[in-house]
Amino acid sequence: MSVITYRQALRDTLRSEMHRDENVLLLGEEIGVFEGSYKITEGLLKEFGERRVRDTPIAEEGFVGAAIGAAMLGLRPVVELMTINFSLIAIDQIINHAAKIYGMFGGQTSVPMVIRTPGGGGQQLGATHSQNIELFYSFIPGLKVLAPSTPAEAAAMLRAAIRDDDPVLFLENLGLYNTKGEVPDEEVVAEIGRAAVTREGTDITLIGYSRMAAVTTRVAERLAEQGISVEVVDLRSLRPLDRETIVESVKRTGCAVIAEDDWLTYGIGAEIAASIQEGAFDYLDAPVRRVAMAEVPMPYAKPLETAAMPSAESITTVIHETLSAVGRRVG
Amino acid sequence: MADTAKPRGTGRTGTRRRTARKEAGPTLNDEQPKVLLDYYRQMLLIRRFEERTAQAYTQARIGGYCHLNLGEEATVVGLMTALQERDYLFTNYREHGYAIGKGIHPRRVMAELYGRSTGVSKGWGGSMHMFDTEARLLGGYGIVGGQLPLAVGAALAVSYRGGDEVVMCQMGDGTTNIGAFHESLNIAALWNLPVVFVVINNYTGMGTTVEKSSAEPELYKRGSSYRMEGVRVDGQDVLAVRDAAADLVERARAEQKPFLLEAMSHRMKGHSVVDPAKYRSAEQAEEAKANDPVAAFEARLTEAGILTDELRQEIADSVKDEVADAADFAENSPHPEVSTLFDYTYATPVPNESSRMPADPVFAEQ
Repeated sequence: MSVITYRQALRDTLRSEMHRDENVLLLGEEIGVFEGSYKITEGLLKEFGERRVRDTPIAEEGFVGAAIGAAMLGLRPVVELMTINFSLIAIDQIINHAAKIYGMFGGQTSVPMVIRTPGGGGQQLGATHSQNIELFYSFIPGLKVLAPSTPAEAAAMLRAAIRDDDPVLFLENLGLYNTKGEVPDEEVVAEIGRAAVTREGTDITLIGYSRMAAVTTRVAERLAEQGISVEVVDLRSLRPLDRETIVESVKRTGCAVIAEDDWLTYGIGAEIAASIQEGAFDYLDAPVRRVAMAEVPMPYAKPLETAAMPSAESITTVIHETLSAVGRRVG
Repeated sequence: MADTAKPRGTGRTGTRRRTARKEAGPTLNDEQPKVLLDYYRQMLLIRRFEERTAQAYTQARIGGYCHLNLGEEATVVGLMTALQERDYLFTNYREHGYAIGKGIHPRRVMAELYGRSTGVSKGWGGSMHMFDTEARLLGGYGIVGGQLPLAVGAALAVSYRGGDEVVMCQMGDGTTNIGAFHESLNIAALWNLPVVFVVINNYTGMGTTVEKSSAEPELYKRGSSYRMEGVRVDGQDVLAVRDAAADLVERARAEQKPFLLEAMSHRMKGHSVVDPAKYRSAEQAEEAKANDPVAAFEARLTEAGILTDELRQEIADSVKDEVADAADFAENSPHPEVSTLFDYTYATPVPNESSRMPADPVFAEQ
């Protein structure tokens, strides 16, 4: 067991998977000579050479599509998109091709590829560089969408994604790259499609993923000091979505709050809330609440950006409101 | 060299369209009659197959969109002849003839059009999405330009493994205006990938002419932006297409680099079966008809004494039987079972994958 950053966990996993399997190669803008915009691929060009660590031109549609074509012939490309915002330029290849090729041709060829990309606001990057549009991909059958929140999960889930025969959108987060955590020394391969109860509690279920899963854990720790017992569910996999784990938790606690680093309307939180009402209707003591981004293109100015984003404080407020609404407990 | 576009084969640079085929192509002198008759039979097979397809479509045996290769037979057969069995092919959605030309049995192509489980894509793809691992047809694609990045990736895999296969990527003239075309040509040239991009220029993208949609209407020249040699060929002449394509395919294999081939072809009917092509003038329609590659090749072989009346009848009969057999096979094949609906969402099974039917509850136990 060692304590490393989320960034290091990703880099170590890429490196060990490249050593394990000759078919694994990396494609992306600035991943080689520049060593990655966020330095995830630092040192890998030097170690593996240009054949396996391939700098691409700024042509997301072209190189994402090339990765799909290479995967169709059995390579296992891992593509880095500099941020998830740029995936919009490749969206035809991701949705109309990567997600369709296995089914559209009657299961004759799979597409074993990974698209790694960070989402996340809070860096004053403005409207076009602060989005979390993993929802677009989570909507699409044929894709698998993973959103790890800790270094250990990042390693185990990236390993699983690379070894999986389907196209995986692997969501990272700018706000998580420097976070640290314990990562086991042995190779753990996560099971795709499972959420996890990362903290048990009895008063309320708090659901998040990616950066929000990290924030919800902190909120739960703080509320425990006030005598409020929060159960935290980390979704980990946005597609498939593990509804059972969510609903079983809500059946135990009777109320739920969802935290998402994303706009509320039509969002992932909306899907979870709908699932909860269908799967745990008789157990609910309060309306399911969502804590989500203000519905504006993200502004640059720091006070505006901070106000627009969900935070530990806003989540705490909504938990108090939910609990007081049912009169069960007022923090 | 900044400008490596070199017209080859029968197509010279002429700025007037439809001039390419006026010039003399390869002669029949060096050809084996048996081979020529085989080309003729393949072209006629595609012609009759597509006519039968149109008929089945109007009888509602075939659904969806349906784009035919009528008028493109010489190009299809010439291109497919130029490929080795091990070479890979990507096409757009006008692909039935290519599937047959790449070696897939017409029965399986027709069954796919009928949406049957015996179809080449098991009834999951339809007219636009045919795929066969063994024949190395790596898909027909319905999104204009979608197949280009994929073809580049397949060539990357070949190159990565040091293989000697070539990837051919077919597209229509309209595709040369979409971003994926330019991104793909650039990457293929940068990375020295063995892919031959083939533009079927039938003068019209749906109803919009090449001149109205392409600032450089001599499409083979577009490769020059990527220092990629471009070649234009008369797509009405099966031998010219075969020679030009075989030259580029073998050079791609030997030199490990991409090429661009433009085949000047004609679309005898509308964009799809349901399109009456009213936007075409009577003169344009007449010109397409006058450029019928099957009739032209038939006349040429007859004139050379290779195609006798007896042979013509024999070939016509056998093609007719083969197409009828394909339609019968399709008609009598089973529809895919509804129980297979969730078989092809994921290649690696995954927990919590949805197999919910429209009226099912989200939670099965309810």
